[in-house]
Amino acid sequence: MKYILMMNTMRAGAGVPSWPKADLQAHIAFMLNLNRSLQEAGELVSAEGLSFPAQARQVRAGKDGVPVTDGVFPESKEFLAGFWIVDVDSAERAYAIAARISAAPGPGGAPLDMPIEVRPVMSAPPPEMI
Amino acid sequence: MTEPVHLRDSTAESLLRELAPQVLGAITRRFRDFASAEDATQEALLAAFRQWPREGVPENPRGWLIQVASRRMADMARSEIARRERETAVAGDEEPAVGPPELEAEMDPEDTLILLFMCCHPALSASSAIALTLRAVGGLTTAEIANAFLVPEATMAQRISRAKQSIRASGEPFRAPAPQERRERLPAVLRVLYLIFNEGYASSIGAELQRLDLAREAIRLARSAWALLPEDGEVAGLLALMLLTDARRAARTGESGELIPLDQQDRGLWDKAEIAEGTQLLTFALSRGAVGLYALQAAIAAVHDEAARAEETDWPQILALYELLRTLAPSPMVTLNHAIAVAMVHGPAEGLARLAALDNDERLTGHYRLAAVRAHLLEKLGECEKAVALYRTAAAGTTSVPERNYLIAHASQLEEKRCKGGPAADALTR
Repeated sequence: MKYILMMNTMRAGAGVPSWPKADLQAHIAFMLNLNRSLQEAGELVSAEGLSFPAQARQVRAGKDGVPVTDGVFPESKEFLAGFWIVDVDSAERAYAIAARISAAPGPGGAPLDMPIEVRPVMSAPPPEMI
Repeated sequence: MTEPVHLRDSTAESLLRELAPQVLGAITRRFRDFASAEDATQEALLAAFRQWPREGVPENPRGWLIQVASRRMADMARSEIARRERETAVAGDEEPAVGPPELEAEMDPEDTLILLFMCCHPALSASSAIALTLRAVGGLTTAEIANAFLVPEATMAQRISRAKQSIRASGEPFRAPAPQERRERLPAVLRVLYLIFNEGYASSIGAELQRLDLAREAIRLARSAWALLPEDGEVAGLLALMLLTDARRAARTGESGELIPLDQQDRGLWDKAEIAEGTQLLTFALSRGAVGLYALQAAIAAVHDEAARAEETDWPQILALYELLRTLAPSPMVTLNHAIAVAMVHGPAEGLARLAALDNDERLTGHYRLAAVRAHLLEKLGECEKAVALYRTAAAGTTSVPERNYLIAHASQLEEKRCKGGPAADALTR
């Protein structure tokens, strides 16, 4: 079963760039290590980090389908900082990975306690179960 | 190492898949190292995939593969020695002393069976056992398996490698299991084959034609299992179940990949040869005394398959079979399907009453299928609004796109017709 693990970061507050270098390095090492361990477990489908909201554009189809972009991203409390797609044997395993991500080290090495949204990736219809 | 999945000579391909477990068996017995033998066999297969379509199939294809694989084993052993003695010795490049003729003599028809039991080892998770079985017994490449499950090849390679590590750690010897052990572990083997089939059958919907046909692979593996255990009723039952289900494949989806429920399928599209073979296997399975789980499910599939029109379905017979299944392997899903059969025989109100027992079952709490079955029975009772709401609840709960589309469309259709329309659609017994 595939799950997407969406890492939401508070828009206000702990922005990565203001962290001390050592803390930032510890955070990056944690993420690299996490991805390596998921890959070695045969569970990693993909993992991507996303740019900061400053790079985000909202796009709609204008007249004749010409893209209309809006640089001003609507205010929201949280933004999606990155996501993982994992292929695991159970929902519990996906939750365990999410909990690990949630506790990634932040400033001073303290766990960030980020909210991680976990959702099943849609798939083929389930077999006729007995 | 990535091998193109499609540009293959299909004769060479099926020959290679058939030879794969034989080669692996011979190499494993000779070198007494399943994990490395499996890698070496895979590399020999990849070499053959590259060379045979271009240069033709060698005169003794099995001998060719065994030779390439044993050379690879020797290479691996040499590089291991070299790794240990890097400071003092330089690895030579003489040919390995192991020749293929003696290996040929070690061929054992039981090899495929031993490998099946090994790959479906109880220490492995289902997904690991599936991947390893497809590679070691099915002769598929890592790229093909990764493609079938839509995961990166590197991830699938890791999954397979870890599975082999677990088997190595378990200390399982490479030998045919004793009769007692065979009886105990056969259900795990059959379950892996069943899961491969279901994965393939479920994903054979819509426009995913580029994916490897896992349902066919599962049928092929079940066929070889049955050839090795011809007296076993459950193996025959499983193969029968696969064939009797696969027979409906072409009728199961519409032009745009939408699900077509069993009672609305064009039965002219059902594969008659598969139904005939499945029925014959089922007859054999039922003659073997104690009827197993797969034979029972195959029997239910056969009752559906033998009805020329949906209205001619022998529901009392299906109900009786679900009664048996409920005794043999009680589960909430069986109770759900049983309730549908009860509704078809004794009316929807009776079926709904059976569902009440499931409301407090934790295994089914919030499960969309309970909502879907209840909606279906309410629809039959003419309880339009309740049915529409429950179909939508079910749509929100499923993790399958075609199923969600079906449930959403069905709910809207029902709402528009305000329950004045024709007979209710049966989404649940396809």
